[in-house]
Amino acid sequence: MAGLSASAPGSLAAPGAAFIFKKALVSALVALVLFSLMIGVRTEAGSDGQLTYWTRFGDLAIMVATVFGGSIVVELLRQWWGPVGTIRIVPPSVQGGLAVARRGIAPVLLVFTFLVPVIFYNERYILDLGILVLTYVMLGWGLNVVVGLAGLLDLGYVAFYAVGAYSYALLATNFGFSFWICLPLAGILAAFCGVLLGFPVLRLRGDYLAIVTLAFGEIIRLVIINWQSLTGGPNGVTGIPRPSFFGIPLTPGDDGLAARLGIEFSTTHRIVFLFYLILALALLTNWVTIRLRRLPIGRAWEALREDEVACRALGINTTTTKLTAFATGAMFGGLAGAFFATRQGFISPESFTFHESALVLAIVVLGGMGSQLGVALAALVMIGGFELFRGLEQFRMLVFGLAMVLLMIWRPRGLIGHRAPTVFLHHSQAISSDLVKEGHG
Amino acid sequence: MDYFAQQLINGIALGSIYGLIAIGYTMVYGIVGMINFAHGDIFMIGGFTALIAFLILVSFGLTAVPLILLIVLLVAMALTALYGWTVERIAYRPLRHSFRLAPMLSAIGMSFVLTNFSQVAQGARVKPVPPIITGGYTLYEADGFVVRLSNVQIIVVLTTIVLLALFTWLVARTRLGRDMRACEQDQTMASLLGVDVDRTISMTFVIGAALAAVAGMMYLLYYGQVDFFMGFVAGIKAFTAAVLGGIGSLPGAMLGGLLIGLIETMWSAYFSVEYKDVAAFSILIVVLIFMPTGLLGRPEVEKV
Repeated sequence: MAGLSASAPGSLAAPGAAFIFKKALVSALVALVLFSLMIGVRTEAGSDGQLTYWTRFGDLAIMVATVFGGSIVVELLRQWWGPVGTIRIVPPSVQGGLAVARRGIAPVLLVFTFLVPVIFYNERYILDLGILVLTYVMLGWGLNVVVGLAGLLDLGYVAFYAVGAYSYALLATNFGFSFWICLPLAGILAAFCGVLLGFPVLRLRGDYLAIVTLAFGEIIRLVIINWQSLTGGPNGVTGIPRPSFFGIPLTPGDDGLAARLGIEFSTTHRIVFLFYLILALALLTNWVTIRLRRLPIGRAWEALREDEVACRALGINTTTTKLTAFATGAMFGGLAGAFFATRQGFISPESFTFHESALVLAIVVLGGMGSQLGVALAALVMIGGFELFRGLEQFRMLVFGLAMVLLMIWRPRGLIGHRAPTVFLHHSQAISSDLVKEGHG
Repeated sequence: MDYFAQQLINGIALGSIYGLIAIGYTMVYGIVGMINFAHGDIFMIGGFTALIAFLILVSFGLTAVPLILLIVLLVAMALTALYGWTVERIAYRPLRHSFRLAPMLSAIGMSFVLTNFSQVAQGARVKPVPPIITGGYTLYEADGFVVRLSNVQIIVVLTTIVLLALFTWLVARTRLGRDMRACEQDQTMASLLGVDVDRTISMTFVIGAALAAVAGMMYLLYYGQVDFFMGFVAGIKAFTAAVLGGIGSLPGAMLGGLLIGLIETMWSAYFSVEYKDVAAFSILIVVLIFMPTGLLGRPEVEKV
């Protein structure tokens, strides 16, 4: 509808300069009132505990001017872009090129990722960043099972990440279990927690589900903080063992991997090993998800996402479908958590706040909810973007929040996302009027 | 018994604050059908604006406490209401016909924006204020244990009652209230009958934010401090209150708020202070499982 009315010439006169100016003025006025106290006045407790304040009218003026200018720019952009919903026809040649690029991007990205430790062998910073990005790719793919495929909005995903991390940390420090024994255990424990969360929330949907998962995540975090005898409370767990190369430690000693291979020891070996470890874990997540999508359970998840009532009418057991989605997603979260613990060597409840859940959720949403490639690219963009703001630590979350709002307004379905079901009829079929009373189906 | 009576008083005062926030959640949910995730942060902004307005007034040499409180209340309500309006205008209105999760995610983003905005603008440290309202009444004294009812508690509860009465009247008797109820039932039909749906929804956010500002100010008076992160936990608890009372129901929100306040206080008094938030969150989960419609809510009919 919107596209039609916009394409008709002259039906929608472009607003003039006066209109834009007026709108910007109103925005600036609103901004002036909004920011008058919050930015115009700064409070701080002095050394004697007495609260003092001073004014910052300069900053206030800058902010209001920014809003005024920004409003004009946005309005001009909007006119240039045309109304939302305008149908844009992309020429077939370009479309073909895009399709090729889309098919080619995944293998290229994969090969590049494999080569990162080779290319950037001496760039410790890039390797660390790569590990971080891959961790979030894995978390994103794990959450994608719950949110993207099964359509269950989970705001407490970090709980499973925490369970995995603490499982490994506590098992390894208390019982001396090796990483390779703990990894599956962490996954199983997290999956168990997923089922534990899944049971009570089976009947809930949408927003309610979201808020309960959020509460669950907070409960886990609060329990970790307060159960000091087990988890060490806010101090966290220290001295978590580093992973070994399938039993061979990555240490400079005689029995270390470097000595056995007869090469000189370097700390980079461990980083590179961690890089390939998380890459393998992430690819495992991806592979399992892709396979599951082709199984009846994966189809059931997608059906559940599209319409729960119809799903039940078709005889799909929504209970087991939801529980498996929660358990699968949680398991991958737990595996990523165990990896996180072994990489850091130290964990504390501070790493498992709601921000983390929101970040992973934002990655999934930005990636288009259900698209594996989209999630990977979104993780790259998000974590990379965060790195750009490293110097401006306090503005990071502010920009993150703004980006989330703008993204929802601009592309609610994600940047490259689509959530077309994996199975659909390729040809429209004429149904005989014997079957459909109304006639041609 | 004396200890219990004291906790009862404390719980009711705290519950009133939760109730005021919960009304904002329940109204928005009733009309738009979304959880306004940023509402807790609106409450936090209300606390901050009240604090700053208070500081300015005091530094101008105003000494009459009732006058200060009244001006602070009005300023905080007006400013915070504008925040509520802006949040709706920027983050929710463009998404009204988007898919189900979009407003929720946008609200989470907005919550981050507000939290970190006040952190950047006002610093991360806790802002303490000296007690503004002092004094109180000793109800009775037994075995050396004094049961006290402080003036702050009286003001908190009285303000809540007055606002709730005013608000119930607004929804039940005025044109705006009728529009709001119409939009709650059927937005399309309401718009066909000449109700300005956009304006009504905006007004809902404005009123909810104004009540949250009152709650923020009461919090400031009661605890004597504000910080940029207080909206998160208070928001979840108030939402729990709204759900407990039956989402969409105004008396329910108040009742739920009181219950959550009482449960939290009693839990801290008799079990453990550390786990009081765990108790509140657990109640949310338990209520949603066994009583999804809450105490005073209407059952929701499942539609295809």
